[in-house]
Amino acid sequence: MTDVRAPQNASFRPSMLIYDRRYRSLTFQVIVFVLVMALAWWLVNNTIQNLAAMGKTFNFGFLWQRAGYDIPQTPIPYTSDDTHFRAAVVGLLNTLIVSVLGCIAATVLGIVAGVARLSKNWLIARLMTVYVEAFRNMPLLLWILIVFAIFTEVMPPPNAFRGDDPSASMILFDHVALTNRYTAIPTLAMTNDPGSLDLGARITFNWATLAFAAVLIGGWLARRAINRWAQDVQDRTGVRPTTWWMSLAVMTVPSLLLIWYFGLHLVAPELRGFNFTGGLNVQNGLVALWLALTLYTGAFIAEIVRAGILAVSRGQSEAAFALGLRPRRTMSLVILPQALRVIIPPLISQYLNLTKNSSLAIAVGYMDIRGTLGGTTLNQTGRELEAILLMMGVYLTLSLIISAGMNVFNARVKLKER
Amino acid sequence: MKTSLFLGSVAAAALTAGAGMADTLADVKARGELNCGVNTGLVGFAAPDANGNWTGFDVDLCQAVAAAVLGDPAKVRYVPTTGQTRFTALSSGEVDMLARNSTWTFSRDTDLALDFVGVNYYDGQGFMVRSDLGVTSAKELDGATICIQTGTTTELNLADYFRANNMSYQPVNIDSNAEGEQQYMAGACDAYTTDASGLAATRAAFADPENHIILPEIISKEPLGPAVRHGDSNWGDIVRWTLYALIAAEEYGVTSANIEELSSSSQNPEVQRLLGTTDDLGAMIGLDKEWAKRAIMASGNYGEIFAANIGEQTPIGLTRGLNAQWTQGGLMYAMPFR
Repeated sequence: MTDVRAPQNASFRPSMLIYDRRYRSLTFQVIVFVLVMALAWWLVNNTIQNLAAMGKTFNFGFLWQRAGYDIPQTPIPYTSDDTHFRAAVVGLLNTLIVSVLGCIAATVLGIVAGVARLSKNWLIARLMTVYVEAFRNMPLLLWILIVFAIFTEVMPPPNAFRGDDPSASMILFDHVALTNRYTAIPTLAMTNDPGSLDLGARITFNWATLAFAAVLIGGWLARRAINRWAQDVQDRTGVRPTTWWMSLAVMTVPSLLLIWYFGLHLVAPELRGFNFTGGLNVQNGLVALWLALTLYTGAFIAEIVRAGILAVSRGQSEAAFALGLRPRRTMSLVILPQALRVIIPPLISQYLNLTKNSSLAIAVGYMDIRGTLGGTTLNQTGRELEAILLMMGVYLTLSLIISAGMNVFNARVKLKER
Repeated sequence: MKTSLFLGSVAAAALTAGAGMADTLADVKARGELNCGVNTGLVGFAAPDANGNWTGFDVDLCQAVAAAVLGDPAKVRYVPTTGQTRFTALSSGEVDMLARNSTWTFSRDTDLALDFVGVNYYDGQGFMVRSDLGVTSAKELDGATICIQTGTTTELNLADYFRANNMSYQPVNIDSNAEGEQQYMAGACDAYTTDASGLAATRAAFADPENHIILPEIISKEPLGPAVRHGDSNWGDIVRWTLYALIAAEEYGVTSANIEELSSSSQNPEVQRLLGTTDDLGAMIGLDKEWAKRAIMASGNYGEIFAANIGEQTPIGLTRGLNAQWTQGGLMYAMPFR
């Protein structure tokens, strides 16, 4: 039986709230809680009173009013007759486009730069050091503006491509035109268009896109099955069958067949009137923002990758070599799995940073959600509080989704401790 | 805890939004300075010169109000505002009044909780293009790339105009006139659109104004005027009647040159009331007798201000047009001082 007994005559005195260790922490927690709630109540009350004093109400009805303004880049159909809500969705999609493009490019660049900085080649290693230090240590906004200024000031205007002896010419076999407004690139067209799947709200998905997606996913699954089969054979017989041509075939042949079936081809942009038409005009705002975000975040990712590789002790690779593993297999089977454990968590915050930094788009006139909902809509309707709250909610949701996704990935690659 | 913090930041964001709801006149007097929201830089309307002194058509209105209220036209702090920030600056109390090429519209007057107190320039939206483009009418702009200041009425007019005429265009969203100028000069857009007066002012600042034309189409009504916050009627009255005093002064021939003489010798009862020689109109809006006299002395009457900043003798070269006195066939019409 225990020796500890409750103190006798345990009559409660108020001073025990401070001097008795059993109650002290509780006391302070209650005090802090009350203070925080009081502050919150005061702030909310203040907001309500001031809104009332200005004759402003708090509601989101403005989202269903006619927006009345145009957006340069619209991933889903949008006209000035649509609602502010649809404008906000267009902005959100633009945010997602630049964020996804930026995350992919920054990861590729970061891995290359991180590995190159560890290179034994003096020049390459030093060049990468300069790149990393230059981009890490200057504000992102400056880089965005610099890249944008280079595009608008250095590239020729579209009408420089006109005439018999134009001062500018298209590159890549007359398929791409770099101008000071946009980069005109070819679009894909089909001679045998299968039509579109209507998702409602004027959002459509071409059946061909879905077909390609299905074929690619199918090819990837088939490749996994082939690898499993090869592993199985190797386990039984000790000889791994040659599978590369099978993998290549299941990944490419169905796609090629689809391309042939739909008659997929490129349509090059053509200068007509003031601008290039027929192709896809990728605005300089997007290109500048994407490049700057990539270069900036890539510098951070390079350092993360370098740290991850350096974190794997040298003995690991020496042991692998001693066992007869070739350098490539050493990298993929020994070093990378251990490096990823170190790389993934900080990589998540870089992705989050990039997504949030994309709100600097306003500096180059790229209409992301900060430009539509938090810019023009906010301004035309005067709903500052509502618009800012919505944006906070959107960015919070985006960040949490990215975190969740990356955490799942992290759980799969981290060291399995048994 | 997390929720509380969240609500806290929400409220903090809105906290500033309620400042300055009280008595603006008392606030301005206590501060000894008028906070006037102006354009970030539009030559002729509001732009700082090489020494950092603000000059222009809108700036003179700020000075007139400062002279009427504080007795000194120099006691103004100019707050440069963009198309995006101007109304927030006003409703948050950062500025006491806006004199910034702002169009008087229904929703701004009601939903944005502003009060437009008058019109100091009747304008309309136009387009500017390079003359070597060969375009002579806005109807020929189908497919063009157009620079447009975001958060303005012109942004909405532009969308409506191209829709109504079944034309397409590619907008380039810019934040301030300076940025628009830079993009337009770099050829990043074929045309620049804003109020016709703004185009004239922008063009005047170019190195080669002769190579740019303003297209004849005026696609909207843009009555530009000073605005104050909703809910402080007395302050609104002060700004409104200061503007009317400037307009009335031109109508009755009161100029900065003859104002001293007229205030002692004029036999015109309207001039006597305006300049405070007889009735004490100033007391009715919480000011002294000579408020209007000081306002007019600051930079002259409406006609003088117009001529000095944007008139035909200036590089901007705007004619009076709609902005002539009603007696001259224009729309400038001061309500009676009585």
